[in-house]
Amino acid sequence: MLELHEGSLHVKEILATWYDKICDKNYGAFIPFVGIVRDEDGIEGLSFDIYEPILQSWFDAWQEKAKAQNAILLMAHARGDVPNHTSSYISAVVSPKRKVALKLINDFVEDFKANAPIWKYDLIDGKRVYAKDRSHLLQGHGLLKADA
Amino acid sequence: MAKVEFLGPIGRPSLDVDISNLNELKDYFKEDKELQEWLGICAVAVNDTLVCDLNMPIASEDKISLLPPVCGG
Repeated sequence: MLELHEGSLHVKEILATWYDKICDKNYGAFIPFVGIVRDEDGIEGLSFDIYEPILQSWFDAWQEKAKAQNAILLMAHARGDVPNHTSSYISAVVSPKRKVALKLINDFVEDFKANAPIWKYDLIDGKRVYAKDRSHLLQGHGLLKADA
Repeated sequence: MAKVEFLGPIGRPSLDVDISNLNELKDYFKEDKELQEWLGICAVAVNDTLVCDLNMPIASEDKISLLPPVCGG
């Protein structure tokens, strides 16, 4: 399940809803990861753009991988501005076994960072500044650049 | 006409182009110096699937998206 929210995530509400959905399904492990915006380098917060069609197909492919291990992935991400000390991202793995869930959450979050079509901006003096130096090139980048 | 979308921080309005493959789009953009900076780091999707082949045929109803480097979370 993939959820997109406007602004900061309501962490307690989202986690409680997910827990209520899965607690009676006989899974032994529910492993959430909550990303919280840190106050660093003078930023007021972060801001995000998301391209939903490719994000959904990327997530669906991961859900299939999880299903093959009898696990389920859950993810919520913020769109727009997210002030410091609030959450922009939550993901979780639900699985019968702890070891599967721990490995899956790590692999999933790593690939999320590298490939999910989401663009991050620092909020500085109320303006959005693209976090280019912290961003990751996607496969096939440079295809349309003119030959030197 | 195929539609070109400039996603995320590129900040340009979408564009309709009359092309039959991605090579022609590469040629179409070659004099646009500001965009060239982005094209060096952008991946390309056709109808929401990332592609790596300039010879890929493009039809008039196709959507081409340019995706700058990403950073979620």
